[in-house]
Amino acid sequence: MLRIRCPWCGPRDEPEFRWGGEASGARPGPPQQVSDSAWAEYLFLRDNAKGLVRERWLHALGCRQWFIVVRDTATHEIRATGPIEP
Amino acid sequence: MRFSALALARNAFSFHENWPQFWRSPPPRSAYDVIIVGAGGHGLATAYYLAREHGIRNVAVLEKGWLGGGNTGRNTTVVRSNYFYPESARLYDFSLRLYEGLSRELGFNVMLSQRGMLTIGHSTHHVELLTRWVNALRLNGIDGELLSAQQVRAWLPLLNDSPDARHPVMGGLLQRRGGVARHDAVAWGYARAADALGVDIIQDCEVTGFIRDGHRVVGVETTQGTMRANKIALAVAGHSGVLAAKAGFRLPITSYALQAFVTEPVKPVLDCVVLSMASGTYLSQSDKGELVVGGGLDLYPSYAQRGNLPTLQGVVQGLLEMFPCFSRLRLMRQWAGIVDVVHDSSPIIDRAPVEGIYINCGWGTGGFKAIPAGGFVFAHLLATGRPHALAESFTLARFESGALIDEAAAAGISH
Repeated sequence: MLRIRCPWCGPRDEPEFRWGGEASGARPGPPQQVSDSAWAEYLFLRDNAKGLVRERWLHALGCRQWFIVVRDTATHEIRATGPIEP
Repeated sequence: MRFSALALARNAFSFHENWPQFWRSPPPRSAYDVIIVGAGGHGLATAYYLAREHGIRNVAVLEKGWLGGGNTGRNTTVVRSNYFYPESARLYDFSLRLYEGLSRELGFNVMLSQRGMLTIGHSTHHVELLTRWVNALRLNGIDGELLSAQQVRAWLPLLNDSPDARHPVMGGLLQRRGGVARHDAVAWGYARAADALGVDIIQDCEVTGFIRDGHRVVGVETTQGTMRANKIALAVAGHSGVLAAKAGFRLPITSYALQAFVTEPVKPVLDCVVLSMASGTYLSQSDKGELVVGGGLDLYPSYAQRGNLPTLQGVVQGLLEMFPCFSRLRLMRQWAGIVDVVHDSSPIIDRAPVEGIYINCGWGTGGFKAIPAGGFVFAHLLATGRPHALAESFTLARFESGALIDEAAAAGISH
């Protein structure tokens, strides 16, 4: 069971949260000018790193805010959480 | 060495202490024609079919841990071919047909038991989905039967059919050719047969990097030294992304933990594989009597081979909803394998974006049932440079063209 510190609600148990993908890669655009390969890369290709990763998480059963989690995928250790910065 | 009743009797006199080893443990050579990374089912089957079908025997299979110690030894041993789309149906049914002859082919009992795979629907929507699914199976020439609620209950009397059941039984899909096989035996059988054809299986040998000649990869750096080969074949399931990063490319793969567990052994109570469409929990009973139970993926990416408690709880709840009588069984072991999940839940058997590397990955939660076919078509790609006819659709190009084979959505379950 993970304990995840929501930046707004404090530490809560894992079932309250939803994983939302790697926090990397801006959406390419405008759509008419994006090649198929660039779009496929954005849509499907992943770093899928073993070790520290930056991820987006949603506090789905809490404040319903998206935030950033820095997590070790090899050990499940959570190093840091914080708000999404633009 | 061939197994026979005579050999069994002869070895009984020496208390079974003089059986020869199933495969050699040779020191690695400096160069091979093909280096396969990963001595799991897919890697070993690839080596076997390279040697057997294509005569390429100067092959090494490198394994960072021990043979069959990854997902091949961590799955729930289910084999079936009840897939929806024609491309997958052809590939997975070819795999099941190879399984049906595998013990004889390898001279090694893989303990295939085609006891039937029963998928249970719990709502009118599930039954509609199952009907559509059965129709697809029949169009693809694969055996499948739609069962009524009464037939399901007759097939599985232990099933919870009380009027206040959270998930009432409304119907089922039965594939009689589905069942289980002994997972370790599949790895050992392929390893033994590949070794007999001259393949070097090198355990405790982790690939730490790749040797390049310009744009081309021409070898691997390992914990047992460097080895060169014209073709490097990756069959490392959940760790495909890790090796891809070392070689400088990315894959459409996310690695998750997939858990399973076994109960204490009990007398025979369950004679098929059963899956609930409501909870995703599925189970079978092993020959030792343990109930082998699995379910959906953990909810976030992981390389920790253990899994987390909330998913386990959900699977147990699904189990007890189907079979309340199992509530007093104690769990003996729980574990997880790291599976390579692709967006459309279909495999990738292709050349990598880096020249010299070939990939067999993306089997996700269903790699075990695909071992014979995966090895067969991957060996064909390595030997001829062209995809096998059964694997033409399973290339990286589909992510750019949009021709995905979306089995997850089609089957209505995660695997």
